Amino acid sequence: MPGGVFDPQGPIALYERNLIILAVALMLLVAIPMLILLYTFAWKYRAGNKKAKYDPEHVGGAWRQLLWWAIPAVIIVAIAIINWQSTHALDPFKPIASNNPPLTVEVVALQWKWLFIYPAQGIATVNFLEFPEQTPVHFILTADAPMSSFWIPELGSQIYAMSAMQTQLSLEASSTGEYIGKDTEINGAGYAGMTFTAKSVSQNDFNAWLASVKNSSNTLTLAEYNSVLLPPSTYAPSSTYSSVDPGLYDTILMKYMIPPTSTPPANMPGMTM
Amino acid sequence: MTHFILGDLTWAALPHAWYTIGATGTIFVGGIVVMAVITYYKKWKWLWKEWFTSTDPKKIGIMYIVMASVMLFRGGLDAMMIWLQQSISVGNAPGYLGAPSGYLDASHFQQIFTSHGDIMVFFVTMGFFFGLMNLIVPLQIGARDLAFPFLNSLGFWLYVAGAVFINMFFVIGGEFAASGWLSLPPLSEIMYSPGTGVDYWIWSLQLSGLGSLLGGINFIVTIIKMRVKGMTLMKMPLFTWTSLCSMALVVAAFPVLTITTLLLWYDRFFGMHFFTTTAGGNPMLYVNLIWMWGHPEVYILVIPAFGIFSEIVATFSGKKIFGYVSMVCAVICITLLSFMVWLHHFFTMGAGADVDAFFGIMTGIIAIPTAVQIFNWIATMFRGRIRFTTPMMYFMGFVSLFTFGGMAGVLLSIPGADFELHNSLFLVAHFHTMIVSAALFGIFAGITYWFPKIMGFKLNEKIGRRAFWLWIVGFFVSFTPLYILGFMGATRRLDYYATATGYQPFFITAGIGVCIIAAGVLMQVWQVVVSVRERKDNMDTTGDPWDGRTLEWATSSPVPFYDFAKKPEADSRDAFWEMKKRGEWPRATARTEYEDIELSKNTGMAIYLSGFFFLFSFGAVWHIIWLMALGFVGCIACVIIRSFDDDTEYVIPAAEVEKMETLAWKK
Repeated sequence: MPGGVFDPQGPIALYERNLIILAVALMLLVAIPMLILLYTFAWKYRAGNKKAKYDPEHVGGAWRQLLWWAIPAVIIVAIAIINWQSTHALDPFKPIASNNPPLTVEVVALQWKWLFIYPAQGIATVNFLEFPEQTPVHFILTADAPMSSFWIPELGSQIYAMSAMQTQLSLEASSTGEYIGKDTEINGAGYAGMTFTAKSVSQNDFNAWLASVKNSSNTLTLAEYNSVLLPPSTYAPSSTYSSVDPGLYDTILMKYMIPPTSTPPANMPGMTM
Repeated sequence: MTHFILGDLTWAALPHAWYTIGATGTIFVGGIVVMAVITYYKKWKWLWKEWFTSTDPKKIGIMYIVMASVMLFRGGLDAMMIWLQQSISVGNAPGYLGAPSGYLDASHFQQIFTSHGDIMVFFVTMGFFFGLMNLIVPLQIGARDLAFPFLNSLGFWLYVAGAVFINMFFVIGGEFAASGWLSLPPLSEIMYSPGTGVDYWIWSLQLSGLGSLLGGINFIVTIIKMRVKGMTLMKMPLFTWTSLCSMALVVAAFPVLTITTLLLWYDRFFGMHFFTTTAGGNPMLYVNLIWMWGHPEVYILVIPAFGIFSEIVATFSGKKIFGYVSMVCAVICITLLSFMVWLHHFFTMGAGADVDAFFGIMTGIIAIPTAVQIFNWIATMFRGRIRFTTPMMYFMGFVSLFTFGGMAGVLLSIPGADFELHNSLFLVAHFHTMIVSAALFGIFAGITYWFPKIMGFKLNEKIGRRAFWLWIVGFFVSFTPLYILGFMGATRRLDYYATATGYQPFFITAGIGVCIIAAGVLMQVWQVVVSVRERKDNMDTTGDPWDGRTLEWATSSPVPFYDFAKKPEADSRDAFWEMKKRGEWPRATARTEYEDIELSKNTGMAIYLSGFFFLFSFGAVWHIIWLMALGFVGCIACVIIRSFDDDTEYVIPAAEVEKMETLAWKK
C-alpha cells in the first residue's frame, strides 16, 4: 500500500500506527473466539443434526452472565488505559521533544487553498510547505473559510482550522520526502482540490530554499491577501511570497472578533455573491 | 408586491439542469400514472377511507414501510450516483454532462451525498423502524391500539410531509444542501451557502423530526400503560424492550435536533448569530449540539434491531433467550451511555487531552454491553434446534459484519487513532458496516419474520436467501475497499482525485459491490412479487408459522384489525410459548368469550395538519410570509378542531367479533 497511515514518516504517525495495530490485536482476542463460537454452534446445532443435544429451557446461570460482562470489560479496561496514555502523549497542542529548535508555521485555511506563513523567516507560501527533516514543525492554525481539517497522513495527526479560533499541531518528519497534505472536512465546492505538497528536506536544502524564496519578487500585503488569496478559487497552484506583512496572521484571526456593525465589514467572503 | 406574494421565488427556481428536469419529469409522469391507475380502478375512496385516514397502527405501519421502501430506492440511487462519480472522476479523465471531471460538478456531487445520508437515516431507517414498531409492539404487549391513535397518524403524515419536502428542491429551487448530512456551520450559514438548499434541509428535518418525537412519546406511553394483565416490565418481549429504550432516546434527543436546526434557520432568516463566525456566534456550539442528538440517533437506529434479532434467534433456535435480565441491562446501559459520547465525533477540534480521553473511554465502554448481547445470542444457539430461515441468515450476517464494524468503532474511539482516521473513508466504511449490518439487516429480518403475521402468507424463502447472499457479498465487495482507502489516506466526499493517489481501482471495486447490492434489492422486489403471486401456497392458517414465542403469534394471520378477540394474559416471559406448552393453543382448545371492542375512528385531520405545516415550511424556505402565516394558523386551527371532537371512538359488538373470528379460523 503506497503512502497513508501504514507508511509513517515521523514519530507521531509511527506512534499512531502502532496504536492502531495494538488496539486491533487486543480486540481480536475477543472477536475471533466469538466468531468461531458463532459458526461452530450454528453448524453443530442446525436443525438437521438430530444427534446434537436440544435443551429448550437452557438459560444459563448468573456466573456465566458475569463472565460475559467480564471478558469484554477486561479488554476495554486495557484499551481505556492505552487510550488515556496515548491521548495525552499525542495531544496535538503538545510540543515534540527534540534537540533541534522547532520551526513555527502559521496556517490559514482559505477557500480552497492553504496559506502557510513562516513568521520567523518572514515568508509565505500557498499550497506548498517545506521544512527541514528531524525538526519539529509547530503549526498554528486558523481559517478564513468554513471549518477545514489539516492532515498529512504520513506525518500523523489532523486538526481542525476554524475562523476566529486557533488550534495547534506539532509534527515531525524523520527523513526527507514529499507527502500530500489535504483537507478532510467538507468546506464547499473546492473541497476535493484543497491539497498541498509537504516537503521534508535536509537543513541545507531548506536554507537554500529559503534564500531562493527571499529573492523572488512576490510580496504578501494585506491588500494582496484580500484581492488575490481571499476570493474563492479551486485547484490553486502553489506559489511563494518573499515577504509578508508581519501582523497578517493576527489580522486574519481577529477580523471575526469585531463587534457587529450596520454595514458588513469589507472583504467578507460570500457577502458580494 | 411581487416579493410579498412570491417571496424569493423567481423563474430561475424552476428546473433547468438535466437532473432537476429529469427528476421533476419523473415525479410528474409517475404521479400522473399512479393517479390514473387509482382513478381507473376507482380506488380513491378506498385509499382515503381504508388507509390514509386510518388510525389503525397496522395500516400506519404498512404505510411507513411502503414509504420507507420508496425512499430506499431514492437513497440507493444517490449511492449509485456517488459511486459512478468516484469511479471515473480521476486525473485527466474527460468530464461529461458539462462537469469538469466525471459527470457531476462538485456542488452537485456534494448535494447528492448530503441527501443520501439524510434520506437513509431519516426516511429509510427511521421509517422502517416506526413501521415495524407500529405493526408489532401493540401485538407483543397484547394491546389493540397505541395510546394516542391520532398522534400516531399525525406522526406518520409529518414523516410523509418531510419525505416529500426533501424532494421538493427538484421541482422548485433546483439545489439541495451541499454541506454534508449534518450541515455544519459556518459552511451552512448564509455567508457560505446563500441558496435555498440548506433551508430545504432544515425544514424537511423539522417536519420529520416532529413526527419522530410524537411517535416516541406515543410508544413510551403505550408500552408503559397498555400491557396485558400479568406482563410486568421484566416479562416484556425484547423487541418491546428495545423499542422502549429507542423511543426514550427519541424523546430525549429529537428536541435537540429540532431546536439546533431551528436556531440555524434563525441565523439564516433573521440574520442572527448563534452559529456564525462573526458577531460572537459560535459554530462549535452547533457541532456539539448536533452530535448530542446525532450520537443517540445512531443508537435509535440500532437498538430496535437488537430486539428484532433477539426474537429471531430465540424463535429459530427453539429456545428461551439466554440471559434475559442481562440483555435488558445491556440495552439500558447502551441507552444511557449513548448520551455521554457525542464528542468522539470531533476529537480533532482540539478540546484537549483530558476531554478527548474521557469521551474516548466512555465510547469504548459501550462495547461491553454490546459484546454481552452478542455472547447471549450465541449462547442462545447453544443446545438449540436452529432453523436457517432467511431471518436467521440475516442474523448470521449481522453478527459477522457487526463484530468488525464494532472493532473499527472502538478503534475510532481512541483519539490517537482517530487523528489518523477521522473523516477518512475508514470512518465511512465503519458507520456503513454498523448501520447496514444492524439496522438494515435487522429490518429485512424483521420484515421477513413478521410478514406472515401481517399479510397472512410467508415470503418466498429461496429468493429471500438469494437476496441475502447478494447483500452480504455486495457489502464486503463495496466496503472492504473503503477500509483500505481510509488507511491509504483517502478522505470522504471526494468528487475528484489525482491518478497518482492510486485510489481508482479501489473505488471501482467498491462500485462493483454497489451493483451487487443493487441486484440484492431487485431480488427482494422479485421476492415480494413471486410471494404475492404464489401466496396460496404459503398461506399461514395457524397464526403461528415459525413456532413463535411471544404474544403477537397468539392471534390469526393476517391480524384482525382489533388484534385480539379476547386479550391474552401473560404470566411469564415467552407467554405464547408457555401457552402452547400448557396446551392452550391452537385456539380450538381455548375457550373464548367474546366482548365488545372499542377502537378509534378514522380521521383526516392529521393529513390537513401536516399539509399546513408543509405550507409553513415552504414559506419559510422561500421567505413567503403570508404562506407561513397561513400554515401556522392552519396548524393551530386543526389542533383546536381536533381537541373539541369528542366522537373519536366506535364499538364493535361482541356478536360481530364472533362472526369475524369464526370466519378467520375457517380457512
